[in-house]
Amino acid sequence: MDRRDFLKQGGALIVSFSFAGAMTEAIGATNATPGKSMNKADVDAWLAVGKDGTITVYSGKVDLGTGTRTALAQMVAEELDVPFAKIDMVMGDTATTIDQGQTAGSLTIPVGGGQLRQAAATARKAMLEQASKQLGAAPADLVVQDGVVQVKGGAGKRVSYAELVGGGRLDMKVDPKAPLKKPSEHKIVGKSVPRVDIPGKVTGEHTYIHDFRVPGMLHARVVRPTAVGATLQSYDEGSVRDIPGFVKVVRKQDFLAVVAKDEWAAIKAARKLKVQWSQWQGLPDEKRVYEEWRKLPVAQNQTPMKTGDVQQALGRAPKKVKATYEFAIHSHASMGPACAVADFRDGRCTIWSPSQATHSLQSEVASVLGVAKDKVRLMYVDGSGCYGRNGHEDCTADAALVSMLAGAPVRVQWMREDEHGWDPKSPPTVVDLEGGLDGKGNVTAWRSEFFIAHRVGTLDDFPLLAATLSGVPRKGYYTGNLENNAEPPYSFPNALTEVHRVNNNGLRTAHLRTPGRMQNTFANESFIDELAVAAGADPLHFRLGYLQDPRGQTALATVARMAGWESRPSPNPDAGKGDVARGRGMAYVKYNNKITYVGLVAEVEVNRRTGKIRVTDVWCSHDCGQVINPDGAINQIEGGIVQTVSRTLMEEVKFDRSRVTSVDWNSYPILRFPDVPNVHVELINRPDQTPWGAGEMSATVVPAAISNAVYDAIGVRMRSVPFTPEKVLAQLRAQKQTQRA
Amino acid sequence: MAKIALKVNGKTQNVDAEPDTPLLYVLRDKLELHGPKFGCGLGQCGACTVMLDGVATRSCVMPVSKVGNRSVVTLEGLGSSQKPHPVQQAFIEEQAAQCGYCVNGMVMTTAAFLAKNKNPSDADIKRALAGNLCRCGTHVRIVRAVKRAAKLMA
Repeated sequence: MDRRDFLKQGGALIVSFSFAGAMTEAIGATNATPGKSMNKADVDAWLAVGKDGTITVYSGKVDLGTGTRTALAQMVAEELDVPFAKIDMVMGDTATTIDQGQTAGSLTIPVGGGQLRQAAATARKAMLEQASKQLGAAPADLVVQDGVVQVKGGAGKRVSYAELVGGGRLDMKVDPKAPLKKPSEHKIVGKSVPRVDIPGKVTGEHTYIHDFRVPGMLHARVVRPTAVGATLQSYDEGSVRDIPGFVKVVRKQDFLAVVAKDEWAAIKAARKLKVQWSQWQGLPDEKRVYEEWRKLPVAQNQTPMKTGDVQQALGRAPKKVKATYEFAIHSHASMGPACAVADFRDGRCTIWSPSQATHSLQSEVASVLGVAKDKVRLMYVDGSGCYGRNGHEDCTADAALVSMLAGAPVRVQWMREDEHGWDPKSPPTVVDLEGGLDGKGNVTAWRSEFFIAHRVGTLDDFPLLAATLSGVPRKGYYTGNLENNAEPPYSFPNALTEVHRVNNNGLRTAHLRTPGRMQNTFANESFIDELAVAAGADPLHFRLGYLQDPRGQTALATVARMAGWESRPSPNPDAGKGDVARGRGMAYVKYNNKITYVGLVAEVEVNRRTGKIRVTDVWCSHDCGQVINPDGAINQIEGGIVQTVSRTLMEEVKFDRSRVTSVDWNSYPILRFPDVPNVHVELINRPDQTPWGAGEMSATVVPAAISNAVYDAIGVRMRSVPFTPEKVLAQLRAQKQTQRA
Repeated sequence: MAKIALKVNGKTQNVDAEPDTPLLYVLRDKLELHGPKFGCGLGQCGACTVMLDGVATRSCVMPVSKVGNRSVVTLEGLGSSQKPHPVQQAFIEEQAAQCGYCVNGMVMTTAAFLAKNKNPSDADIKRALAGNLCRCGTHVRIVRAVKRAAKLMA
């Protein structure tokens, strides 16, 4: 059964997840070897073998609700030949885990898991060599089962890992050549091992950061400015002193928070505190966001694709198609507003945080506090799902700063309007496309021009709210690798893709699930559909004509079979004559044009009278190489699809010249159960290939597949996300006018 | 502060709280029941759902003084990982969670719904859960879990 232990280690509580043993709170008892290595070249930086044979895994990557705690444990258990239940996971503790980079980019399995696998393979090899001396047989003649080594075929002597090194250090370097097990020998990898956290999550036993408490802890709420760039002119602490439980107001420059003995008192004080903020109206005009976006100063130009002579080919093409695609600003809109607990004392700060980037936050937070990086320790504790950098990191810095200013351990819980209003957003995108076709309907030219946000600096420069408000300047502008997948995944004789990185003048941004790839693929995969229409071709066959990659071809063929794809051009001749029209659309991606392949088909119903689009069914073929946990991968793929149906149909951050105005679930609605499609997923498992990620890839193709399906249904092209009923109706009116003319 | 008596998960508990404190904070902070979650404080998302006399209720907008002698049941009151309620069992079997932050509301709303609807269709289930939000996109599994729970309870 699952167990969460709060382990007292190095003077701090750490939360580890143990899969074995009883529900006990083990304070002071840990398998962690004191003084373990923090050098990633050492095996014991990653693994420890306990006296009872329990394997403790130290992972810098964390589990953001994606199931990586389970999947990484499977990978280590497999490589070591120990039972899955013998693995304990410590994740994202900066004092005991290696910095493996943020938990982002769907890299936890390929990169994080890859490093753990190699450490485990090295440990296994070393323990076999040691066992060979004790058992008097060559390592090649030994087998391991459930952490016990014995001679192959013999019923003779045996020795366990626990007896070999239990409690001691795995004192060796990671051997990059230590052999990994053959996929054909896998017993745990490739199985749908049930997730270790789910029983606790459905019974209230799981500890989220929101549930985490330390002795003497106070509750705080941050009081946000009334405008993004407003400055704090004055506040009146007397306005809240009568609230029972109120402790104090803390302030550093424009950073303002209330501290109280209980949560309700903190909430009431934050609402009631009399504060004077300056006027500020520096945000762009929401109504003209795309118009202004493409006119912003260009900081950098990139040319990810240049083949042949596009200008000449377009000049000669008898048929040309031009279109512009737009993608709205989105919020992570996490279900639980961010939360963090911090304890600043004696010049050091200990922080419990749900961040995807605890290691990076060490220095990000240290400079807010004015202390050295090594004085800050962060320990990861599960939070509400984030899909990139949401409010978790800001809230973590809030908690650290409030604890320092208040002189007590504090828990900062963001409110709903904090999360919707202040989480870093995904920036808008504008894409211009032009294609040329010859007389036979072959694509002779593809030109694309992307206007996407420029990235400035590293995460150390990220403008955490607690930094900029408290007067610690941060010049960074963070976006994720937005340029990826700008170039189409197809081979055309003449192609030019240019990317203009513009200096954003609007809301603060960061990476939100599938950053850039989703927006870019929306444009590319919708536009290839427009070219297929111009050629009078079936969208599947049209794509396959320009796609040489065999794994990509298989992904498309697979999804076509799953969806019962009928070969014909769009629009659908049998869409239906009444109010409701039906259509189907397809999209494809090879993520970053390097890894995971996805084919997707969406079926929609469009109500011509109301303009409402309903996605009824989605089929997805998914090739992420070797699959570690099939059900876990499918869970992620389904989630990516459903979340992106929501983003595509409904979501758009609203703002006035001062601040975000979509600050709750009424003003930023997301998809509800009655509108959720049926989702059908098929994994194309390739056990002999590298395991790639599955968190972001299915999301990439959803907007284009829906746009293409809407065209198939009603013959109008949705080129601006979200596809609201108003936009559908406007397109239908325009269609009527064109037909009349 | 007022002394307030609450019937929670079958036991009477006495708490000191301001009468206007939402029930959610009393459960979470004073009684250390972490099943119900703070999601919006506006009654919009469902993460804080508890049962009051068997009725699924948003505890984030229910002042503790208004609870009266109604019986409060939280996620912990339904079952445990050792002895899960059929709805919890079904959610585990269907692996119907990602981050799991919304799952309290899903399980509690489902338990209240299935108590009155023995054999619901997919459309009934989706309507019953229409007021509960999930951001990870776990909906398709949750619907399967509710159907499985209905079977387990039959």
